[in-house]
Amino acid sequence: MIPDEYLQTFVVECRELLEQMEDALLIVEQAADAPEIINAIFRAAHTIKGSAGMFGLDSVVTFTHAVESVLDRVRSGEVAMTSVLVGLFIKAHDHLKVLIDHVAEGSQLPSEIDSQGQRLIGELGAYLNKTGADQAESAIPAVHRAKVEREHSDAVGSDHWHISLRFGPDVFRNGMDPFSFVRCLSSLGRIVHLETLIDAIPAAEDMDPETCYLGFEISFSSNADKVAIDSIFNFVRSDCLIRILPPRSNADEYRRLIQELPEQEMRLGEILVKCGTLTPEELAGILRFQAEQHDRPQRPIGEVLVEQQLVRSPVIEAALEKQKQIKDNKKNEANLIRVDADKLDELINLVGELIIAGAGTNLIARRAKMADLIESTATLSRLVEEVRDSALALRMVQIGGTFNRFQRVVRDVSKELGKDINLVISGAETELDKTVVEKIGDPLTHLVRNAMDHGIEAAELRLARGKPAQGTLKLNAYHDAGSIVIEVSDDGGGLNKDKILAKAIERGLVTEAANLTDQEIYNLIFEAGFSTAEAVSNLSGRGVGMDVVRRNIHALRGSVDLDSAEGLGSTIRIRLPLTLAIINGFMVGVGNATYIIPLDMVVECIELKAWAGDEGDGHYLNLRGEVLPYQRMRDHFEVEDGAKVQRENVVVVRYGGRKAGLVVDRLMGEFQTVIKPLGKLFKGEKSIGGFTILGTGEVALIVDVPGLMGQIEHERALGEVAVASVSR
Amino acid sequence: MATYTSAEQTLSVVAASPELEEQQQYLTFVLGGETYAVSILRIKEIIQYGQLTEVPRMPGFIRGVINLRGSVVPVIDLSVRFGKPPTAEGRRNCIIIIEVAIEAKNQHIGIMVDAVNAVLDIPANEIEPAPTFGTDIRADFIAGMGKINGKFVIILNIQHVLSMDDMAALVTAGGASLTELSQPKLSTG
Repeated sequence: MIPDEYLQTFVVECRELLEQMEDALLIVEQAADAPEIINAIFRAAHTIKGSAGMFGLDSVVTFTHAVESVLDRVRSGEVAMTSVLVGLFIKAHDHLKVLIDHVAEGSQLPSEIDSQGQRLIGELGAYLNKTGADQAESAIPAVHRAKVEREHSDAVGSDHWHISLRFGPDVFRNGMDPFSFVRCLSSLGRIVHLETLIDAIPAAEDMDPETCYLGFEISFSSNADKVAIDSIFNFVRSDCLIRILPPRSNADEYRRLIQELPEQEMRLGEILVKCGTLTPEELAGILRFQAEQHDRPQRPIGEVLVEQQLVRSPVIEAALEKQKQIKDNKKNEANLIRVDADKLDELINLVGELIIAGAGTNLIARRAKMADLIESTATLSRLVEEVRDSALALRMVQIGGTFNRFQRVVRDVSKELGKDINLVISGAETELDKTVVEKIGDPLTHLVRNAMDHGIEAAELRLARGKPAQGTLKLNAYHDAGSIVIEVSDDGGGLNKDKILAKAIERGLVTEAANLTDQEIYNLIFEAGFSTAEAVSNLSGRGVGMDVVRRNIHALRGSVDLDSAEGLGSTIRIRLPLTLAIINGFMVGVGNATYIIPLDMVVECIELKAWAGDEGDGHYLNLRGEVLPYQRMRDHFEVEDGAKVQRENVVVVRYGGRKAGLVVDRLMGEFQTVIKPLGKLFKGEKSIGGFTILGTGEVALIVDVPGLMGQIEHERALGEVAVASVSR
Repeated sequence: MATYTSAEQTLSVVAASPELEEQQQYLTFVLGGETYAVSILRIKEIIQYGQLTEVPRMPGFIRGVINLRGSVVPVIDLSVRFGKPPTAEGRRNCIIIIEVAIEAKNQHIGIMVDAVNAVLDIPANEIEPAPTFGTDIRADFIAGMGKINGKFVIILNIQHVLSMDDMAALVTAGGASLTELSQPKLSTG
């Protein structure tokens, strides 16, 4: 059995490749003729097939093989990449994704999925004139044919199996003897030729006698079937590279073999000889030919081979590609490290603890009034802050990946709706925390679908309104004051205020007497149970969507807002914190407790008496000409210690474009806040977003400003309703 | 009671079942003049009462939160949870830190008590099943009645007492008052 972690790696890799494949397919759909992109698709399919073969996932291999064969023909220009074919490939891609999901879960393939695969293979088959080995041959331009056939008979030794073995370094330590497998092989047939590969053996002083460096290339004649031959290697499968090519394999198989052989420094010609594509004599001839070309000594051997028509160009391509890949891989390995996300979280947790501990030390230093110590702790906390920033930066990913997924969504949905919609992406390089990225996908999908379904009008209507027939949907992201803003905008019909208001009154969400601003009316669509679409479509209109969107965004400590101009379109703005782990906080005291207000939301602090002296007892004050409603936190948090507050201060906070004042007892300054989750018990309390631990060891509460404001507004509204005794 | 089944599977519930012959140890503590016992299996530690942060707008049984070596632990006033007046602060107040399983994850919860007595062995045959009525706390909070020196002591089913679903529902209900809490919402089946 293959260890689970390898399978996991395989699944992760496959998903990445499938993503690349999807992106490439969508590009090809737009710009039909892009050979390097078709190559990319081919490579993705090819790699998936190769690795799936390694794990014995036959369903994946068979299916990918069919895809690959057609792709190969597209690549060589025999089949044109029509939009129908792209559509088919996209379907095939989806099917592969399902297959991989099943592999990931380790579940059995339901028969309907399987039959769907068969159907797709059938459809793909229509693009192949012939199948199997014939197909590989027909892919070769006619001029080359004579040579190819000669190779088949002279050099390839096509009646023999070809087995490539690369034993893993631990084979000896695991008590296996490589040669016993070779011996065992001879019980099934005759070994025609055996080439021992010793390239991997290091210089004598570096060599570890207990490590296996050996590899074999075997030409093998037998009547046994592949399963029988394969089963010989069952014991060493997990740590060895084993490739078995049946007799008369087609060019594809050889290409794959070349790509998978580990030897790096080996020259191309030798690879081909070892694979049996070329005879040594032919190689020698070519080398001689190359030596005679004094004027162009650096010419790659591959070109010479093609010129001499000794090997088929796809084979050469594969070999060259492998050489290039080796170089590319070396480059990438230097730049990227795959790290377990848990390890990263652990690190960020520790940095969080470090910040808390540092704050504690700082406090003690201040209390002791030791100037040297204060200075030293200041330096320390500056460094810790830098460590924190780089630790958090590790989790940052670009939002582009998420945005690009919508190319596909937009394509599918616009087909489904029969609308022509173009997706414009900007700000793809904006970075945000990985957890946020993962969780924003679903709400975004909902918003995008909604915009396409309800926002953008049908082509006729658009033309009638004097807009271009093609609708435009924009996804944009940018950083703004410690948070990231994601915008989904469309150039559709916009929202109809009256319709929304009428609906909201009908649903009992607002009273008729309510005097709402445009903004407030638009935001009504985020209320639960609200939907203005007359017809419930497959995509949206069931009225469960927007409130779920808002809830999900609130769960990420974000907010969502909507702007609309009737007839011109609407923009939905999602504002999210950059990270979920650590924030800059502003510490305030209310009663005995300490509260933290996220610093990004704090605009300024003012003294209540100085500003509200002449406003009587109303809960608002005149802030330089602006009306600023305020709420005493003591009242809201029901602090009943009876203490008289000396000097009340107002912290002016801004959230979602609005300002409000929070009246607190004490202002205590800035604080690096490590957010500790609320836990299930306190989840129900909207005004508190989390806990943190202060330098003194005391627990402080983090204020969730949007939540708190919502609560205050709700309670005020309830109060007003009670006063006016309006009943619904 | 369906919500409790999974919790019961993950937790070795206090030995009310006679087949659990193995001797169990119980911590006894005093709360409002009465003695209760709880299995020590889930007890992580006992700490002194102090430096507690109150959380606003919470029902009375949530006393607040404490910092337990870097993690934030909620503290439950057991007396209020049982529908009695809040525990008065005194010199002998303790917080017993208990590990409860919530959705396959272990979480620590502190319970505030008047005083902690001792760890005692109560053999399984000395434990009587809980009476269906007659006790002044919710029947599903009781795992059994242990006999100690000829006197009955209520052995708490701490998983039920600290049931997150139950408590979180009360929090969401918005600062439920004492009288509401004292009325049993669940009945034992």
